[in-house]
Amino acid sequence: MFQVRIHGRGGQGVVTAAEMLSVAAFLEGKHAQAFPSFGSERTGAPVVAFCRIDEREIRLREPIQTPDAVIVQDPTLFRALDVTEGLKPDGYLIVNTARSFADIHIEARAARLPPGHAFAVPATEFALKYVNRPAPNTALLGAFAAEVGIVSLDSVLEAIRRAFPGKVGEANVEAARAAHALIGARAAAQLSGAHVDA
Amino acid sequence: MLEQIEGSKAMARAIALCRPQVVCAYPITPQTHIVEGVGDLVRAGELKDCEFINVESEFAALSVAIGASAAGARAYTATASQGLLFMAEAVYNAAGLGLPIVMTLGNRAIGAPINIWNDHSDAMALRESGWIQLFAETNQEAADLHILAFRLAEELSCPTMVCVDGFILTHAVERIDIPDQASVDAYLPPYEPVQSLDPADPISIGAMVGPEAFTEVRYLQHFKHQKALDLIERLSADFAARFGRVAGGLLRSYRAEDADLVVVAMGSINGTIKDVIDEMREDGLAIGLVTLTTFRPFPARALNAALERARDVLVIDRALDVGMGGPLASHVAIALRDLPRPPRLHSAIAGLGGRPTPKTSLHRLFRQATTQPWEGPHFLDLNEAVIAREIHRRSKARRAGPTAEAILKQMEIERVARLERSAS
Amino acid sequence: MTQLPLDGAQKLKFYQKGTLTVGNRLIDEAERTVQASAARSNALTSGHRACKGCGEALGARYAIDAAMKATGGQLIAVNATGCLEVFTTPYPETSWQMPWLHSLFGNAAAVATGVAAALRREGRDHVRVVAQGGDGGTTDIGFGCLSGMFERNDDVLYICYDNEGYMNTGVQRSSATPPAARTATTPALGPEPGNVFGTGKFVPKIAVAHDIPYVATASVADLHDLEAKVTKAMGFRGARYIQIHVPCPLGWGAASHDTIRLARLAIETGLFPIFEAEAGRITHVRKIRRALPVIDYLRPQRRFAHLLRGGQIDPRVARIQAIADRHIADYGLVEESAA
Repeated sequence: MFQVRIHGRGGQGVVTAAEMLSVAAFLEGKHAQAFPSFGSERTGAPVVAFCRIDEREIRLREPIQTPDAVIVQDPTLFRALDVTEGLKPDGYLIVNTARSFADIHIEARAARLPPGHAFAVPATEFALKYVNRPAPNTALLGAFAAEVGIVSLDSVLEAIRRAFPGKVGEANVEAARAAHALIGARAAAQLSGAHVDA
Repeated sequence: MLEQIEGSKAMARAIALCRPQVVCAYPITPQTHIVEGVGDLVRAGELKDCEFINVESEFAALSVAIGASAAGARAYTATASQGLLFMAEAVYNAAGLGLPIVMTLGNRAIGAPINIWNDHSDAMALRESGWIQLFAETNQEAADLHILAFRLAEELSCPTMVCVDGFILTHAVERIDIPDQASVDAYLPPYEPVQSLDPADPISIGAMVGPEAFTEVRYLQHFKHQKALDLIERLSADFAARFGRVAGGLLRSYRAEDADLVVVAMGSINGTIKDVIDEMREDGLAIGLVTLTTFRPFPARALNAALERARDVLVIDRALDVGMGGPLASHVAIALRDLPRPPRLHSAIAGLGGRPTPKTSLHRLFRQATTQPWEGPHFLDLNEAVIAREIHRRSKARRAGPTAEAILKQMEIERVARLERSAS
Repeated sequence: MTQLPLDGAQKLKFYQKGTLTVGNRLIDEAERTVQASAARSNALTSGHRACKGCGEALGARYAIDAAMKATGGQLIAVNATGCLEVFTTPYPETSWQMPWLHSLFGNAAAVATGVAAALRREGRDHVRVVAQGGDGGTTDIGFGCLSGMFERNDDVLYICYDNEGYMNTGVQRSSATPPAARTATTPALGPEPGNVFGTGKFVPKIAVAHDIPYVATASVADLHDLEAKVTKAMGFRGARYIQIHVPCPLGWGAASHDTIRLARLAIETGLFPIFEAEAGRITHVRKIRRALPVIDYLRPQRRFAHLLRGGQIDPRVARIQAIADRHIADYGLVEESAA
């Protein structure tokens, strides 16, 4: 079972992100369970959503305590709560930011993970560029597909199209592609030693 | 057809497939998506011949359903928690009149203190009303049980509530098979009322019944529930034959045949418990589970058959009968009395007001049941420090203020302290 | 169908002149009341257990027979808990010769909504629905459901039999109880005996404020008017409300033969205004020929006896008169006399 925990603030599409991820897994014939941490919904309040992915039926129903991956849609949350609590020692951390981990004071935390398991993705910037809205969730899922590999990019893109029909869907697809490509380029650059900008 | 879909939406689709004719509900978390889902299907023309009525309270919601059902229409409503209590009078009324209304109960805690999260206190509050109460373990079962519920209710002329854990099931998106209309039509025939308001054959429904006859009327309701024990199993078997999967029935056993300790629970917590049982079995512990899917009528005989070989039974309640303990535990205790060598009974209260019931806590609880058994109900993951502090605080001054707020304040202080510690 | 033209001048005026019969034999057969016909439905038939002189039994018989005539017998009644429900269905008997449903005290309007919806779904909406209850079940505990039914414009005629108190449970005060009236919960004790002034509500006005298709008040003292209004109401679709003033001899402490006389006095003093409204506007008012002083109405009722103790007239009688005068002014109840 692969467990993903997504942190963000109300209005950033955190719950939709978890749902889209679960749809992507479903399209590949997997079982997936997505659910929010429930609370009074107000924009700006911290929100957590969860997604479990497995080859077999998922029976477990509890908030994800030991995620295999944590996606952080809003880096200001690092000051508000321990978003990486329980993250497995070999887990993945994907943070929505155009700045470096050092700039947002999480370099030490990221360094505790194996090399290549922590990524900063300028998802909001991609979203503004392609979708004209600061909703980073689809770009982050594109990056997730590249980095973690538990669902393919094609499945993620189809899940995005199902969540956002028409032009809005296509625009979000572009944002996801761009983030996916960035991760791919960085991974290649790491192998070759070059540095890649967004 | 398999879909990745929110539990509420799947339920809405299943309900629509049952061809309800009058749907009336008042919004309350966490049932809103179900009713909105049905409403959307009516507006989109997918659910035809159905009137969707926006009522002004839960009391009105069930009252509209009562009128519709008495006039021969298949009626549906949904509520939770406070809403169920607000319609409590009508809940008893519907059962007493024998109207086959189906209602979804999105299980949620009852205030005060106000709490929108999941536990079973609402279902427990009206367990004596005469309604049949079915509990879904998964979202697939939640959808399927509605189809079974309409048929059950109408064959018996007894209202039926399908209990679905609020948020945990209603708001989870997962893989669910939505049946097709033809299959549902084959399972669920059109509603044929036992009584109906019709000028061509006028009757009076709802007369006052005095001491000379009330007991007999009530006894016949009880008799109906006894019939339901058998009917539920037959309808569940028929469902399995037609749809190829298990839904409902009285109860299910999981690795309980050779178990020394058997856990008994209702609702979605059973999924988590199964994972724990598999892990403990790997450690060599003889542990099993009985999942109760029918709570009313209470299947005492079937339960005893499932539990008689166990040495210990641990009942997990998702509700508290204040001043008494776990309501499900009380039921199981009474049933077990009929066994010649009844197992030892342990009672745990878990997940009140939506508190998570993590595997780690359940592991501890299950081991403790046999190694360090307790008396009375054990409250899972009770924050004893907070309790002790609050009891002490209240003893100091008469004007101690509201308990809930004091506890919240205390917990916030602790949370901030923890955050500061982890940051440094 | 009985139909009197209610706009403008009435063809006939009936004046009480000593006999207690209204002269049906004097008018055209087509204009006789439903009650005058041997072929009336008797939907509420004899054998019920109402008190001697019960105004509600009378009002219900009048209203439902008229509704049955208007709908060709295609009518279902939903009844709130109360006197009418209790005295018409003493188990194992029923006095109702029509389909009848009693659910709870406060939900008659909502239950009726459900019945109407079911009939529409079954393609049987030529069958009409009447909801009925006393003032307790309508103005108090049933108020929420009533307003909901109005607001949705559900196809239900709600009839409230207003006897100004919770009579079935022993004469307790409701929000329809008039000021100064003695009830079990507003006893004639203390500095202000009886019901308090400045409280209460008049639901017909609230019904009008919902802009529903038809609202009317009526009285058992005027059978023609009552039947005409019920008949007219059945000609509309949507939410309709009729409040019928029905004296309760037991609760009011009046003689059982005074029921109709008291109802007439309530009209002629101006205390119970008789009017009709459509879509939020008052369309017709029943004029009082000659306004009578309220004391004529209060005197025969023991629930007001404390206002007239020892031959003295309590100052609050003047306040009751002021209420009557206000109705007369607000509704224009008194006929304009020739200058």
